[in-house]
Amino acid sequence: MTKKDRKSLIDIKDLHLEYGMKNNSIHALDGINLKIRQGEFLCLLGPSGCGKSSLLNIIAGFIKPTRGSCLMEGKPITGPDWHRGVVFQSPTLYPWMNVRENVEFGPRMRGLPEDEIKEIKDHFLEQVKLSGFGEKNTFELSGGMKQRVALARVLANYPQVILMDEPLGALDALTKVNMQILIRDIWKENNSTIFLITHDIDEALKLATRIVVMSKRPGKIIKEFNVAFTHELFENPKYTIHSDEYFEIKEEILQIINSQIEE
Amino acid sequence: MIKRIFKNFKMSTILTIITWTIILSFWYIITKLEIFTSTLVPSPYKVWTTFIYILNKGYNGIPLIIHLLASFERLFIALVLAIITAIPLGLLSGYSRRVRAIIDSIVEFYRPLPPLAYYTLLILWFGIDNTSKIVLLYLAGFAPIYIACVSAVTKINMDYILSAKSLGADSKKIFFKIVLPACLPEIFTGIRTAVGVSYTTLVSAEMIAATSGIGWMVLDASNFLKSDVIIVGILIMGLTGILIDYGLRYLEKKIVYWKGHV
Repeated sequence: MTKKDRKSLIDIKDLHLEYGMKNNSIHALDGINLKIRQGEFLCLLGPSGCGKSSLLNIIAGFIKPTRGSCLMEGKPITGPDWHRGVVFQSPTLYPWMNVRENVEFGPRMRGLPEDEIKEIKDHFLEQVKLSGFGEKNTFELSGGMKQRVALARVLANYPQVILMDEPLGALDALTKVNMQILIRDIWKENNSTIFLITHDIDEALKLATRIVVMSKRPGKIIKEFNVAFTHELFENPKYTIHSDEYFEIKEEILQIINSQIEE
Repeated sequence: MIKRIFKNFKMSTILTIITWTIILSFWYIITKLEIFTSTLVPSPYKVWTTFIYILNKGYNGIPLIIHLLASFERLFIALVLAIITAIPLGLLSGYSRRVRAIIDSIVEFYRPLPPLAYYTLLILWFGIDNTSKIVLLYLAGFAPIYIACVSAVTKINMDYILSAKSLGADSKKIFFKIVLPACLPEIFTGIRTAVGVSYTTLVSAEMIAATSGIGWMVLDASNFLKSDVIIVGILIMGLTGILIDYGLRYLEKKIVYWKGHV
């Protein structure tokens, strides 16, 4: 199946977002057109304050666009919904629940039977390599572990698309690399569709199948790249990329982003 | 050996013990030198024997435990009423600006009033029995819990609610599984403040109109210049106050164990 044939899950057409009062309103997003296709790993790059998070919040259903449409499988997104799981920049684990209860939260809210909830919990705690941590309190975990629980909690709902807002932004370099490998493995294993916001160009190049670069505010999409380094890295996680293509794309993206900042 | 005992104590505990040793010795020396008459400053020994006497024979023919129970019954009923009304109203006010506009102004108006200023009115309206005292304590306890709830809701981490929504929770479940527990630490602080405020109000209430209770005991003793009984009463009030707060802090640690970890 080629990329073009893949079913489009999220369809964003001519999306505008303005917020604030009429007199000093801020134009955050300016005519965004974007499709998220089933099974792809889409990374969104852009200078800080360009409206990346606003775009994610619209897709998640947390905020409504001023103009334009945001459809999921042809139906307008009217509010948050468990088919679109969200991993926040700082893990929003509920401290009054232990790790297990956090992961079980989604399935339990949806009223699944108890044995199925347990099965799901076991499966995804294992997938994020936290089996045996179920009864721990969330505040006993390190930053990376917390983000893994947050990921497992989202996966437990089998969402059609996973939205991630700089999930690794607050982690140290080593933990970050391990988390990137984990996210890629999970994406491959579960055939997930992932939309990830980052400001780390290497992270985008190493994970994405498609990279979208946004301009500074008002945010527009200025360039799109189809990349495949994530597949190579999946075969061999230790592999360091020396291909010229990698550095050419990286250089180009850097130039775009820098030109946006300097202007 | 002594070193080891010292190591087991924290510096702050040692300082507390030293402070109280100094206060007690000061008291003892003053009475030993008979600087003041024993009516003004009874000796520690006399206070102790009075305490033992009251413990065995009661005060005014009523056992000490009955005095204490009378006080705690009032306190307990008033606080339970305050908790079950102030928490829902406070959370609702935190949610809705309209509800807040109605309740906030009332609470803000009566909260700074000295309770004894309107206590006479309460006695006129509810009679001199327990009801007027319970209403007074209820009003004293309501405000801190209500205010804590409003502030807790307005400070709640919005990402908790958004993530719960995108995990499939409806608004009823969000209220009970997310909003309520997220507000619990602050609600607990409110309850602790409420207990403190109600407790001091209780004693003053009993001093004005009552025939039982620990506050009444002190007032009655002061009418007859029984300073030893007054001191016993004050010590009992102080110690029970500390014990109540200790119990609440213990409960707080058990129930909102995550407090301070977020």
